Amino acid sequence: MIDRPCRCRVAWPTKERFPSPQMAGDPSKLSTFALKIKRVDKMEKFDKMTGIVAPMDRANVDTDAIIPKQFLKSIKRSGFGPNLFDEWRYLDQGEPGKDNSKRPVNPDFVLNQPRYQAASILLARENFGCGSSREHAPWALLDAGFRVIIAPGFADIFFNNCFKNSILPIVLDEDTVDGLFKAVEANEGYRLNVDLQAQTLTVPSGEIMAFEVDEFRKYCLLNGLDDIGLTLQHVDDIHVYEERRRQEAPWLFT
Amino acid sequence: MAGKTLYDKLWEQHVVRTQDDGTCLLYIDRQLIHEVTSPQAFEGLRLAGRKPWRPTANLATPDHNVPTTDRSGGVAGIRDPVSRLQVETLDKNCAEFAIPEFRMDDPRQGIVHVVGPEEGATLPGMTVVCGDSHTSTHGALGALAHGIGTSEVEHVLATQCLLQSKSKNMRVVIDGRVGSGVTAKDIVLAIIGEIGTAGGTGYAIEFAGQAIADLSIEGRMTVCNMAIEAGARAGMVAVDDKTIDYVKGRPLAPTAGQWQQAVAAWRELRSDGDAVFDHEVLIDAASIQPQITWGTSPEMVVSVGGRVPDPAQESDPVKAEGMLRALEYMGLKANTPICDIAVDKVFIGSCTNSRIEDLRAAAAVARGRKVVDNIKQALVVPGSGPVKQQAEDEGLDKVFVAAGFEWREPGCSMCLAMNADRLESGERCASTSNRNFEGRQGQGGRTHLVSPAMAAAAAVMGRFVDVREL
Repeated sequence: MIDRPCRCRVAWPTKERFPSPQMAGDPSKLSTFALKIKRVDKMEKFDKMTGIVAPMDRANVDTDAIIPKQFLKSIKRSGFGPNLFDEWRYLDQGEPGKDNSKRPVNPDFVLNQPRYQAASILLARENFGCGSSREHAPWALLDAGFRVIIAPGFADIFFNNCFKNSILPIVLDEDTVDGLFKAVEANEGYRLNVDLQAQTLTVPSGEIMAFEVDEFRKYCLLNGLDDIGLTLQHVDDIHVYEERRRQEAPWLFT
Repeated sequence: MAGKTLYDKLWEQHVVRTQDDGTCLLYIDRQLIHEVTSPQAFEGLRLAGRKPWRPTANLATPDHNVPTTDRSGGVAGIRDPVSRLQVETLDKNCAEFAIPEFRMDDPRQGIVHVVGPEEGATLPGMTVVCGDSHTSTHGALGALAHGIGTSEVEHVLATQCLLQSKSKNMRVVIDGRVGSGVTAKDIVLAIIGEIGTAGGTGYAIEFAGQAIADLSIEGRMTVCNMAIEAGARAGMVAVDDKTIDYVKGRPLAPTAGQWQQAVAAWRELRSDGDAVFDHEVLIDAASIQPQITWGTSPEMVVSVGGRVPDPAQESDPVKAEGMLRALEYMGLKANTPICDIAVDKVFIGSCTNSRIEDLRAAAAVARGRKVVDNIKQALVVPGSGPVKQQAEDEGLDKVFVAAGFEWREPGCSMCLAMNADRLESGERCASTSNRNFEGRQGQGGRTHLVSPAMAAAAAVMGRFVDVREL
């Protein structure tokens, strides 16, 4: 259980577009959440995984660094993985359409080290994902095989965007993160087991650490739920609100 | 019971329903759309067979990719085929889904965050979102405005709502009056220097105090624009007479009988006297000097008389490491006086500083002076068509051109270099934009954030200088 092989890039749970009505999570706590899901979207479920941890040992890693602007010209959601951290990862200038397999790789960049090639958990520092709201940042991380990011703190918009893309951002205190950086550095192939249902991280020695996650976001992630589908369960509420606001503030509806 | 903050009031007015865990379905009055973060959202709608809930609650304009040089070739004339496709895709999507759009050839086209308030498309009391982190700008009107990701753009298109958890309340009070030559940009950079780039994470910030009240609405937009650089998704300022005066007569502002009704509602958009904030920050306005960033995060900032800091003096090892890395990237040595630093390029523009008052401030410095020889390029990029027109009516374009600046068409331009305007590796830029991240203005480019007047001063002196001493 603790040290089973990394599943990243190989066998993520199959997309389940029409899940059974039996949802994961504690339904008693979630009485008002989407009891009659009519349609579930493209998001993959997240339950548990074990993966190699890669360290990104710098604070304030911004979304411009995660995926530089020239790649934002794409009108697709996929294909950003090879350009994740492009300016740090390669020695030349990246452009859309360039064959990344032929580009000179920066040997000093941590994620280029062979030991982290199969990583699916990114260990980061304070304020990870700051700056631009580009969802291309989580798309690039996901495309490169990362499903979990651990840091002492995340920028708000990035944090939110992760949950929309079945990436689990985990906040741990600074000392714990520091300890993980040391452990990753000292042990090649260092893996963590992440169990979202139980909200635990298990280190190779068997020690278990708890983490917090918002109940509703957890529920959506566990079940791969589409927010839009959930919201559209409440169409009547939206109409009632609009009708009231039309009286109170008619200038908003002209 | 304690009174309500401005944020509490705006939030409560927009709650459609509340889940057991406190997550709210929040109604969105206005969504602004641009070409970079919307194509996948429209594609999502198409795949799911959904239609926009209220097409006219949206307003789109292309801004990130548009050329700022000659546009006579129209969209077909955009040289970069990937940029062109993105702009074409926006046009196509807006046509298909009946979303109002100011296309590239529309005289009202510009940076979304300049266009919104200018057209009265964003108003006090509204919830405003856009797939762009600088949406916080619109909070200057007493609105609740913040950036969202593309999945949420799709969510708003489909439902006119967002699932949100409420942030905490922070108030930043700039007490007293700033000295002459100190601008909104200096105020907000000083705030970020004080609280840090993650200082506002999890909060909605209300900016208050005499120095904020003294600012024009455009100045308040500059301050709110950079709330996100302090980590806060939303920044806002209470409504006052200036807000009402600013909005009056805008093309999409309420008219006739609705105007009085709207004004009465807007007058309530301020924090109650007994409102309690989760966190308060007090800064003495008189202590704020013109600011210049030295590093690769907006919190790496010093006053104009200062020096590049020394990582050896930093006790936090993570911070010290970040400073070392920033110095290396920026090609700077610790303890260098900031005004000894020479620049290669100057950029005046962006959603932070491309409005008419910004251009007037820069022109006042440029007037009768010349961009010096060591400056390879000095760009002035107005924020919108109407800003450009106004500046030309005032003759500002001639002042800039006579001084050796290039006068361009409106767009985001070199703030993030998605179009052809960019820094080459190693080039150093005095920029009025909002981010000095590595590679932001071009791979290997070095950005120093300053006010428009300070940028113009750097252009005519070839290095940073205290604009008050010119």
